[in-house]
Amino acid sequence: MSNLHDIPVVLSQRSGSDLPVLRERGQREVFCGLTGIVWLHRKLQDAFFLVVGSRTCAHLVQSAAGVMIFAEPRFGTAILTDRDLAGIADANDELDRVCISLLERRPEIKALFLVGSCPSEVIKLDLARAAERLNERLLPRVRVLSYSGSGIETTFTQGEDNALKAFVPIMPQTDARQLLVVGCLPDVVEDQFRRQFEQLGIGPVNFFPGRRAEDVPSIGPNTQLLLAQPFNGETVRALTARGATVLAAPYPFGVEGTTAWLRAAARAWQTPDTQFDAVTAPLIKRARAALERYRPQLAGKRLFMLPDSQLEIPLARFLNREMGMALVEVGTPYLDRQMVSEELALLPPDVVLSEGQHLERQLDRVRAARPDLTVCGLGLANPLEAEGLATKWSIELVFSPIHGYDQAADLAELFVRPLARRERLAV
Amino acid sequence: MQLTLWTYEGPPHVGAMRIATSMRDVHYVLHAPQGDTYADLLFTMIERQDRRPPVTYTTFQARDLGGSTADLVKTAVAEAYERFKPKALLVGESCTAELIQDQSGSLACGMNLPIPVIPLELPSYSKKENWGAAETFYHVVRALLADQVPPPGTPRPARAEGRRPHANLLGPTVLGFRCRDDVQEIRRLLDLLGIDVNVIAPLGASPDDIRRLPEADFNIDLYPEVSRTTASWLQRNFGMPATRVIPMGVGATRDFIAEVAQLAGIDASAVLAAEQPGVAGFSSSLSRMPWYARSVDSTYLTGKRVFIFGDATHAIAAARIAKEEMGFTVVGLGTYSREFARDVRDAAKLYDVEALISDDYLEVEQAIGAAAPELVLGTQMERHIAKRLGVACAVISIPIHVQDVPARYSPVYGFEGANVIFDTWVHPLVMGLEEHLLQMFRDDFEFHDDAAASHLPAVARDARPAAAPDAVAAAEPVVTAVATPEPVSAAAGEPTWSEDGERELKKIPFFVRGKAKRNTEAFAREHGLATITVETLYDAKAHYGR
Ligand code: SF4
Ligand code: SF4
Repeated sequence: MSNLHDIPVVLSQRSGSDLPVLRERGQREVFCGLTGIVWLHRKLQDAFFLVVGSRTCAHLVQSAAGVMIFAEPRFGTAILTDRDLAGIADANDELDRVCISLLERRPEIKALFLVGSCPSEVIKLDLARAAERLNERLLPRVRVLSYSGSGIETTFTQGEDNALKAFVPIMPQTDARQLLVVGCLPDVVEDQFRRQFEQLGIGPVNFFPGRRAEDVPSIGPNTQLLLAQPFNGETVRALTARGATVLAAPYPFGVEGTTAWLRAAARAWQTPDTQFDAVTAPLIKRARAALERYRPQLAGKRLFMLPDSQLEIPLARFLNREMGMALVEVGTPYLDRQMVSEELALLPPDVVLSEGQHLERQLDRVRAARPDLTVCGLGLANPLEAEGLATKWSIELVFSPIHGYDQAADLAELFVRPLARRERLAV
Repeated sequence: MQLTLWTYEGPPHVGAMRIATSMRDVHYVLHAPQGDTYADLLFTMIERQDRRPPVTYTTFQARDLGGSTADLVKTAVAEAYERFKPKALLVGESCTAELIQDQSGSLACGMNLPIPVIPLELPSYSKKENWGAAETFYHVVRALLADQVPPPGTPRPARAEGRRPHANLLGPTVLGFRCRDDVQEIRRLLDLLGIDVNVIAPLGASPDDIRRLPEADFNIDLYPEVSRTTASWLQRNFGMPATRVIPMGVGATRDFIAEVAQLAGIDASAVLAAEQPGVAGFSSSLSRMPWYARSVDSTYLTGKRVFIFGDATHAIAAARIAKEEMGFTVVGLGTYSREFARDVRDAAKLYDVEALISDDYLEVEQAIGAAAPELVLGTQMERHIAKRLGVACAVISIPIHVQDVPARYSPVYGFEGANVIFDTWVHPLVMGLEEHLLQMFRDDFEFHDDAAASHLPAVARDARPAAAPDAVAAAEPVVTAVATPEPVSAAAGEPTWSEDGERELKKIPFFVRGKAKRNTEAFAREHGLATITVETLYDAKAHYGR
C-alpha cells in the first residue's frame, strides 16, 4: 500500500484511497458486537444465540433489543459466576450443561451459536473447542458454531461479520457458478433483489445468511460475491480464501448505489445493457420520484455522522450525492478500505473522514459545527437534542429495511423525520 | 454458569452509574470495554435524561490488554478531571476490567488529584445493580464524611431551641421508581408536619450536600434497596435514627407520619385525626383514596386475585395496599432482591402465601400462571408476562420502561401517591370490565366478533406460536381476550367438558371464568365425575359460592 502513495497521480485523489483521515483514540461510544444478535436471530429462524459472558452482556443485549415480545427469545446469556471464575465449577462442564438443557427445552433449535464476550475471552474460555465438543454429541440434530461478539474485539456490526465468518469453514465446496449476496438483509429486501436478479438473467443467486442456519450456501472458485453490507470484511476475506471473487461495487443504498450494485452483477453475467436498462429504468424512475419528495428537506443541510454502525460511509455518499446534504464529518469505528474503496471514490474530495473515536473531542467538534443533523447512538441522542441539535439514531439504520430501490425513500425519510418534527413543534 | 433470558437487574456498576448520575458535581471513571457504554441509553432513553451520565469509560480493547490498560485508566481520570472539574471522582471497573486487575481505584488515588477520589470495588460476578447502587452511595457518604465522624459515644447535640426539626431523604435515584415525584410528595408532607428537609440524596445532591447530612435530626430511609446501608452507617456513626416505614399507601403513610413525629419529637395528632381508618372521607382526608375504595362502585374490586412481584420495598408495600385498601386477595408475593428476601418472606406470611424469591424470569412467569391472578402488579417484565397470559397489569417497581416515567406528577408515596395507585391499579381492571361489556353485546349487530380491545393482548397472542409454544402452553391463560375464547382442554385422567358445559362456561364473564373453570374441575375431580355438564357447572357453583 505505502508505495502507492509514492506514485504522484491525481487519480488517487479521485479514487478516494488517500482521502485524509482523522484517526482518534479515546472513549468510544459504540455498542459491542453482541448487539448483532438482535437482528441475526430474527433472520436465522432456527438459531439460538447463547452469549457466554456476564450480567453486563445480558443487560446489553436486552437493552438493545428493547421490547420483550417473546417469553423465551432465541437468545440468552450463560452468565459466568464467581464459581466459574474461581474454578470451583469447571467452566467447560458448566457450558455443556447449560447448552444441553437449553436444547432439550427448545427442540426447534437447529443451530446454536456460542457467542464469546469480553469476560469469556479474558478468562480464555475456548468456545471453538466447546463447539467442537458439543458437535460430537449433538450433530446432526443441532450444529454448534462459535464466534466472538466481545467489545474488546468487535464493535456493533462486526458481530455479524464474525457470525457469518463462523459459517465459512462448514460451507460445502462447489464449482458451480453462482452469485452470493453477502450480508444480513431483511426478508422483504432479499425477495426484491431476488426478483430483480431474475429479471436481469442473473443466477443462481444465493443469500448469505439465508433464513435458516441449516441451509448453508456452498462456495467455490466460480462464486462471485456481491456485498450487501460494508461491515463483513473478515467474512469476505474468508470467502475469497476459498476461491470466491468479489464484484466491486458501492453498496445498494439509494438509486445510484443500487444501480451500480446491480450493474456489477449484470456485467459479470453479461446481461445486455438494453436488458439492464429495461429492467432498472422503471425501478429507478419510481425510486427517484419517491426521493424527490424528500430531497428539498435534506438538500443543503449539514450532516455530522458519529462512528457507530459502520454504514456511515455508504450512507454519507447517498445523502451527499442523491439528497444534496453537506458532509461536516463522517466518522467510522474503523476504516476497512478494501470494503469501501468504491464508496470512498464517490465522496467529495474535501470530506472530513474520522476513524475511531475520542468522544469528548468529537462532541466538541459537533458543538462547534452545529450541524443540521447528527447521526449518533441512542445514548447521545437526547443529550444532543437538549443542546438544540437534531439527531438520528443510527441503530434504526440497522434494524430498518433500507437497501435497494424501493427502500431508498424510506432511508431518506429516516433522516427527514427528525428535521420535519422540529419544524412542526411549537412547544 | 446461569442461563438468563431476561434479567431484572443490570450489573453492579450500573447501580453505581445511577448514583453518579443522580448527583451533581460527581464524575465516574469506569474501566470498561466499549460495549458497556450501552448503559448510557438507560438514562437518556428510559429516564429521558437531557444530559449524558457523568461517566467516562476507558473503552479498552484487546490490543491494550497486557500492556497499556492501566495507562488508559490514568489518561481517562486525568482527562475527566480536566474537562468536568468534578468535586468528587468515583473510579471503578465493570466485569471485564475486574478480571484484568488493573487496580483502577488505587491508580486513580495515586494521582493526587485535589478532590476526593472514591474507589469502588463492586464484584460483578456475584452482585447486581441495586446492591451496586447501595454500596456506591454508602462509599460516597462514608468517604465524604470520614473526617466528621465523632468519637464513639459522643451524644448527639440537642436541637437548637425554636429550630424546626430537619430530616434527610435518603435513597431516591434516577432510574428508580417514581423517585422524582415521591421526593416532592414527602417533602410536602413533612412541611405540613413542620419538618424541614435538610438534604435529599443522592438525587440532586452535590458532595457539599453530602457533607451536610449530619446536620439533620434523623434520616428518612425512602428506598432501602439503595439507602439502607447508608442509613445504618449514619445511625452507627452519627447517632442519627432512621425511619423504617415506607410511606406507600394510606395506612403506611399514616404509620409513617406517626414514626416521623416520634423521631422529630413533634405532635402529629392534628394531621392524623382526619386520617383514622373508617373516618377518612372525601372531605376530611388528605387522600381521596379511602373514599374511592369505600364508594359503592369499587365493590367489584372485592377479592380480586392479585399477584405482586418487584423490588422488596414496593412489593411489600403494594401487598398491604392490595389487601387493606383495595380489598383484593393477595395470591402471590415475591421479589428479585435476594438482599431483602427475609423481609418479603415475613410479609408473605401475612397473606398466607409462599414468598417467591427469584430472579429467574421463567420461574416468575410460571408462578404467575399457576396462581391465576386477575391483576398482576410487577415490573416491566411482569407486564410482558401478564400480556401473554391475558391478565391485567400495573407496574409498581423497577425495572421499568420509558412509559413508566410519566410526564405528569405521579408519585406513589404519600397521600397523593395513594390516589395515583388507586387510579393506576383500577384502570386495567376497568378496561377488562369494558371488554366484558363488549363481549356481552357481541351478538348485537353493532358489534362484531373481532372488535377486540386495543390494550389487551391481541398482539402478544398472535406472536405466541412464533415465540415458544411449549412455555406458553404450560402457563394457561386465565382470562381470555374477546375474540379468542379459551379452548377447554383436558389432560389425561382429568374430567372432560361436555359440549354444553363448555358452551355455558363461555357465557360466564371472562374475568371470573378462569376461577369458575378451576372450581368446576376441582369439584368434578372430587366427585369422581368424568364429564362436566351444565349441571356440574352449577353444582360446583352452589358448592363453592362466588
Ligand atoms: S463490551 Fe464486553 S462485557 Fe460489555 S457487553 Fe459487550 S461483550 Fe459484554
Ligand atoms: S382498549 Fe378499546 S375497549 Fe378498552 S378502553 Fe381502549 S378503546 Fe375502549
